[in-house]
Amino acid sequence: MNTLETLKSTELDVSAIRRDFPGLHQSVHGNPLVYLDNAATTQKPNAVIEALDRFYRTDCSNVHRGVHELSERATKAFEDARVVVKRFINASREREIVFVRGTTEAINLVASSYARSRMKAGDEILISALEHHSNIVPWQLLSEQIGTRLVVAPINDSGELVLEEFERLLGPKTGLVAVAHVSNALGSVMPVRDIVRLAHSRGVPVLIDGAQAAPHLAVDVRELDCDFYAFSGHKVFGPTGIGVLWGRADLLEGMPPYQGGGDMIRSVTFEKTTYNDLPFKFEAGTPHIAGAIGLGAALDYVSQLGIDRVTTYERELLAYGTEVLRAIPGLRLIGTAREKSAVLSFVLDGIHPHDAGTVLDRLGIAVRTGHHCAQPVMARFDIPATTRASLAFYNTKEEIDALASGIRRVQELFR
Amino acid sequence: MTDIDIQELYQELILDHSRRPRNFRRPDGATHKAEGYNPLCGDTVTVYLQMNNDVVSDAAFQGDGCAISKASASLMTESVKGKTRAEVESLFSRFRDAATGSGSADPVRLGKLAVFSGLRGFPTRVKCATLAWHTLRAALEQKASLVSTEGEETLQ
Repeated sequence: MNTLETLKSTELDVSAIRRDFPGLHQSVHGNPLVYLDNAATTQKPNAVIEALDRFYRTDCSNVHRGVHELSERATKAFEDARVVVKRFINASREREIVFVRGTTEAINLVASSYARSRMKAGDEILISALEHHSNIVPWQLLSEQIGTRLVVAPINDSGELVLEEFERLLGPKTGLVAVAHVSNALGSVMPVRDIVRLAHSRGVPVLIDGAQAAPHLAVDVRELDCDFYAFSGHKVFGPTGIGVLWGRADLLEGMPPYQGGGDMIRSVTFEKTTYNDLPFKFEAGTPHIAGAIGLGAALDYVSQLGIDRVTTYERELLAYGTEVLRAIPGLRLIGTAREKSAVLSFVLDGIHPHDAGTVLDRLGIAVRTGHHCAQPVMARFDIPATTRASLAFYNTKEEIDALASGIRRVQELFR
Repeated sequence: MTDIDIQELYQELILDHSRRPRNFRRPDGATHKAEGYNPLCGDTVTVYLQMNNDVVSDAAFQGDGCAISKASASLMTESVKGKTRAEVESLFSRFRDAATGSGSADPVRLGKLAVFSGLRGFPTRVKCATLAWHTLRAALEQKASLVSTEGEETLQ
């Protein structure tokens, strides 16, 4: 391959990509939209919107039971989506892919089913100080129910896990490790391979919250060697209300059902119910069929772009954004981990993030302001909130320039 | 144009009170006190009142928050001094009408508080301005518990 071809194969055609996302082409308060809130949710490509449309227009039916044509089509599309998910995270079996509402439900499923049946009072769940509330609160609920303890491994001033501390806290009572792959508030990429290695050397299973990783990094659950992996569809360009829990088949087999209802049973009498096989045992009730199909379309879309190309492009954007924002006096980046995903979380001297967010919004720039559902992270940095610009593969350097000039406008106003 | 909206919201009076909040202190003779919290953005405010029978003889606050919430608390403490409970309540009601663009708020009767009518185009920021007022009302009722903006519907 010559240089030109190599270059071509590793580069994304961002202007072509942007044409696939109708939501990006609109004016907000009279300015072109600059959408930098991708860690909250992503815009959807036409492929996803059309998949949802197609399901509701022509294939709308329930799955797994009808003998009629529409039901067969719906079932096939739904189960095809499971195969797409399996490939996307390089799982070995479809039966290990459980459709859930999102990462939050996936973690709650593991807490309610796995942890609750395997752990006892005094046992510990080890998390990191970077976790989203959805990887804190389910464990606190479990503690209230069965008396387990939540143990938190600290982070350093750059927003990186202190691995030695993590290792020290991994003790004889640790029953489960649950950590984010990528921090939503700061973008830090966690050393998940080291975490898994250390935990497994002590026989402790590991749940990875991949909500912020799946849209940005190649996820290979077999290579990660983790035990559970969770992510949300809407953060990876798919619909809201659909997500995935991947679990090792042997663990899932041994777990009691999470919810009871239709689809998760094989036979029911008033005396005894026999549960269905994996993954249906964990999919009680009519699933979000359209959502799963839309998620499949989203993952196909990302795969076609090539997740490694996405990672490379976003790394470049992040480096540019970091440089541009660092050049603004009075701006402090929060979260400067060496391994970082495309998140720029920052505070401005003397200006509350909420005020900055309002002004940026009027300029058409969508960012998130607040604690990002990670109040302990804010407490760690002794700040009430940050302004967070989170990038995706459809963002451009021009948009980062727009953000920078917006920030300068904010500073002028509050000077 | 967008800049006009922004300047309407962040008028000089609001910027001035957010930079140099008035009555930003903890008075020795406070008879009533309440703490407020907006979980959405982490804003906190503590309102202190000195009541002389039915009249607010002194009002002050402390806390941390955005420009709107600080300016609102600052202007509120100025405007309630010397007023009776009933007058405070009626002022709050007119203030809220102005901030949400509902009712027929009379700018003359609102005095400086009329500046918050710039919030009309910013429904997500109304809670920032009402936090101090809810806290003040809790203080008047001598509620011991923490007051919060949650549970209040944002009026469009």
